[in-house]
Amino acid sequence: MTQYLDFEKPLAEIEGTAEELRAMGRQNEDMDVTEEAAALDAKAAKLLEELYKSLTPWRKCQVARHPQRPHCRDYIEALFTEYTPLAGDRNFADDHAVMGGLARLNDRPVMVIGHEKGNDTKSRIERNFGMARPEGYRKAVRLMQMAGKFGLPVITLVDTPGAYPGKGAEERGQSEAIARATETCLQIGVPLVSVVIGEGGSGGAVAFATANRVAMLEHSVYSVISPEGCASILWKDSEKMREAAEALRLTADDLKKLGVIDRIIAEPMGGAHRGKAETIAAVGKAIADMLGQLDGKDATTLIQERRKKFLDMGATGLAA
Amino acid sequence: MNWITNYVRPRINSIFSRRETPENLWQKCDECGTMLFHRELSDNLNVCSSCGHHMAITPRERFRALFDGAVFNEINVPEPKADPLNFRDQKRYPDRMKAAQKSTGEKEAMLVATGEIGRTPVVAIAQDFSFMGGSMGMYVGNAIIAAAQEAVKLQRPLILFSAAGGARMQEGILSLMQMPRTTVAVQMLKEAGLPYIVVLTHPTTGGVTASYAMLGDVHIAEPNALICFAGPRVIEQTIREKLPEGFQRAEYLLDHGMLDRVTPRGQMRDELIGIVRMLLNLPPAIKGDLPAPDDTATETPAEDAPKE
Ligand SMILES: [Zn+2]
Repeated sequence: MTQYLDFEKPLAEIEGTAEELRAMGRQNEDMDVTEEAAALDAKAAKLLEELYKSLTPWRKCQVARHPQRPHCRDYIEALFTEYTPLAGDRNFADDHAVMGGLARLNDRPVMVIGHEKGNDTKSRIERNFGMARPEGYRKAVRLMQMAGKFGLPVITLVDTPGAYPGKGAEERGQSEAIARATETCLQIGVPLVSVVIGEGGSGGAVAFATANRVAMLEHSVYSVISPEGCASILWKDSEKMREAAEALRLTADDLKKLGVIDRIIAEPMGGAHRGKAETIAAVGKAIADMLGQLDGKDATTLIQERRKKFLDMGATGLAA
Repeated sequence: MNWITNYVRPRINSIFSRRETPENLWQKCDECGTMLFHRELSDNLNVCSSCGHHMAITPRERFRALFDGAVFNEINVPEPKADPLNFRDQKRYPDRMKAAQKSTGEKEAMLVATGEIGRTPVVAIAQDFSFMGGSMGMYVGNAIIAAAQEAVKLQRPLILFSAAGGARMQEGILSLMQMPRTTVAVQMLKEAGLPYIVVLTHPTTGGVTASYAMLGDVHIAEPNALICFAGPRVIEQTIREKLPEGFQRAEYLLDHGMLDRVTPRGQMRDELIGIVRMLLNLPPAIKGDLPAPDDTATETPAEDAPKE
């Protein structure tokens, strides 16, 4: 059963009525509801299209955070074979907000790393809602360096509200851990491609997404701060998140215009959660494509191109 | 018509207004409340002589105290595209910029300079917390890249003084992209084998801490500076408990292995000279105030450098 977002309430009513009609039809043989239900379905489909044709930035944030949106684990399970999770930062702990390990993509060995938010109460708590602690970034550093050493491409899947703002995380050097992860992204001499599949939350995201190629799902967001956080600082009112989401230019379209990302991966009508398999397949295709563009480049070229990409970034603003 | 009121008086006024006449000759220490005479306070590098509290200091004042003979040459920073997102919150971003420029007399939140400290040529860069909270946008990123390139070109160490509330939200994702951009700058220094010393001053938080401020060869902080990724208020809201006294302060970070040293501002210059010279395998320096080096006299001195 689809969980509806608040702006989808009218849709929930129509789809609910159609569902109710069909249930009545099943119970009552004399009643033919086919035509009426089909009309409602058509109405719902039309409304869904209208809603999703032009999602406001704030609505995109809600879609990007949808609890049923495919998460890192879903992508790894569907797209890769022989996934072999590797755990721990060899220092303090294993952070379950970050998953990663060896795997094969179309038989080619790769290193895959991503934030995992969890999909029910238990797993969400275990995954800390995708908010990594220093150990998560340090595990990523370890895996990226291993990939660099053995010549394996690195694929990162970004989906985090941000790095965890906790006492222990600060105590153990959250800042340093994020800085080192970004640094490692820039140092490894292997192809590094990244996909923002949900939320690209600030430093916690950039630590994984300083890549040769960065793609974003159509309704994912990538931002320096959450709209709520921005609203409470600049508007002194966290309820102004709609305005903040607008001003921050956090949608895939705007980020493409700014030259921050390279490509946008289209989502099925109604968002990734209404067509998981289709979305995952599209992401898989985009990853293979991006890796293909980097094939045959040596370590120095990969590193130099990655650096140049970021050094040149932002020079033209929205006119890019 | 009285020529004195119409001609002479405006001139006299303009001479007066150009002089540094602080509104308040006395400033109250915001830690211990002692009234401090402004001259004494600036001679003491804005450190309270009564309790040792370190108040904010502008990059220009810091550089005057840092460089031999107070002489330094400002390095030009490539101008980024202004207001790249056409950002507007309650105010327009260009208006916020203008207000910051007016109140600080500076163009942006970073000052880059070359000069000598203890006869040791260095590049220094300092962040200005009084300019929109020192926030990191395209200009700050460009300044760090320019400083690193200058250091590599001249084969000099880079000393960076950080002070920022975090990212410049008005530049959205482009402010976030300064994390990788400035990390590339740090890599340039490392590859050239040049020392990169970070002096973390109050406050250094957010994306700034999680990039160039935590990637130095040596990390030194000023006493009691707040240094963190997530601010104390955000953490208290998340974990719903009060944080202990001194949490995320310089001494706490020293205890937790994130800093090499905590050093009072008054001793910072000598310490920097010592560290830089040892890392460069140079003989010990002559300590104390030095006159401006002769060889920089041929270079164009910075506008604000005192001409004697
Ligand atoms: Zn005091």
